[in-house]
Amino acid sequence: MPDVILRKTVSSCEEIFHEGGPVSGTPPRRAAITAIIRNPFSGRYEPDILGFMEDLKPLGLDMAKRLIDLLGGADQIEGYGKGSLVGEAGELEHGALWHAPGGYAMRQLLGTANAIVPSSKKVCGVGARLDVPITHINASYVRSHFDSMEVGCNDAPRADELAFALVMTTGARVHSRSGGLEAWHIKGEDGLR
Amino acid sequence: MTKIRKIAVNVEETHSEAGKTISPPTRKAVAVAVIENPFAGQYVEDLTVLMDTGAELGALLGRKCVEALGISPEQAESYGKSAMVGENGELEHAAALLHPKLGTPLRTEVAKGAALVPSSKKMGSPGQVLDVPLGHKDAAYVRSHFDGIEVRLNDAPRANEVMVAVAVTDSGRPLPRVGGLSHLDAEGKDGLR
Repeated sequence: MPDVILRKTVSSCEEIFHEGGPVSGTPPRRAAITAIIRNPFSGRYEPDILGFMEDLKPLGLDMAKRLIDLLGGADQIEGYGKGSLVGEAGELEHGALWHAPGGYAMRQLLGTANAIVPSSKKVCGVGARLDVPITHINASYVRSHFDSMEVGCNDAPRADELAFALVMTTGARVHSRSGGLEAWHIKGEDGLR
Repeated sequence: MTKIRKIAVNVEETHSEAGKTISPPTRKAVAVAVIENPFAGQYVEDLTVLMDTGAELGALLGRKCVEALGISPEQAESYGKSAMVGENGELEHAAALLHPKLGTPLRTEVAKGAALVPSSKKMGSPGQVLDVPLGHKDAAYVRSHFDGIEVRLNDAPRANEVMVAVAVTDSGRPLPRVGGLSHLDAEGKDGLR
């Protein structure tokens, strides 16, 4: 399979102190990292693309590690998500190549992370933004941790590029108060509750 | 200090451009604070409160950028500042935040800073792009370091808020070749050459 040719990485870290309510004692943080690479399959229909997932694994691990470092260590991470932007000469299916290398890299480095990693993907033009969904790393039904983070940058993805994103958070929404399963009630065995 | 709702820090690394490898990668950081506008919806003659907030943000956001790049203050090469005022504010509020007092503490964070800090300002709404101009920190005529970085937050500035951004780099453009004064030839005494 082809080489992974990296053009650019973009990382982004947000600290949220309040959103009109009381100022949080431990402001939740959200971070994203996006890698912009050349799409080796752009401009044609390539039937066999699966091997590229294997080639993307080192990139996934490197990005997950940087994200964990940005947020101060694996024990800080409570939510995650992933996403792909596909430049216009590519195919939505190329975005799906991020599922294994992105998702399993985060789960491997976080230790216990039993919940499926939520994701979004789209084909788009340069400068497009993607809303990457976020859920709790051990129990998808934890309502306080449902969130999302926007990723993207002004010069990507070009027509023959892919932009792959990983996102992690350190906690619930800043003024979470919409009920449902709470993080302190989860069993964390089946990845759901 | 005016109340901060949120801080975001973005880092861009360019590893290749126009098919050429950039080694070491060029890097730019931008840190942005979303603050409450104490004067939203009213005309207030004395803007001292915003000027003082500007001083605090110059230090805070400058430090955030330098930390995000993982460099010493001396390694910073260029900088810039910008503000976007929500619709209930006034363009002059951006000026009060940026111009009287923000620069001096920012220069401390990047060691020296003989050159004018390039700036931009505008009114805007949540999700709107703010382009922060970049120029060499010690010699404004260094042509390789004229650049900019975009910053954008989907939820800011709300009508009664102001976004204040500071950008710092450890490098110029990835493939500079339009001549002019070079980084290595700059004296850095008068802020221009």
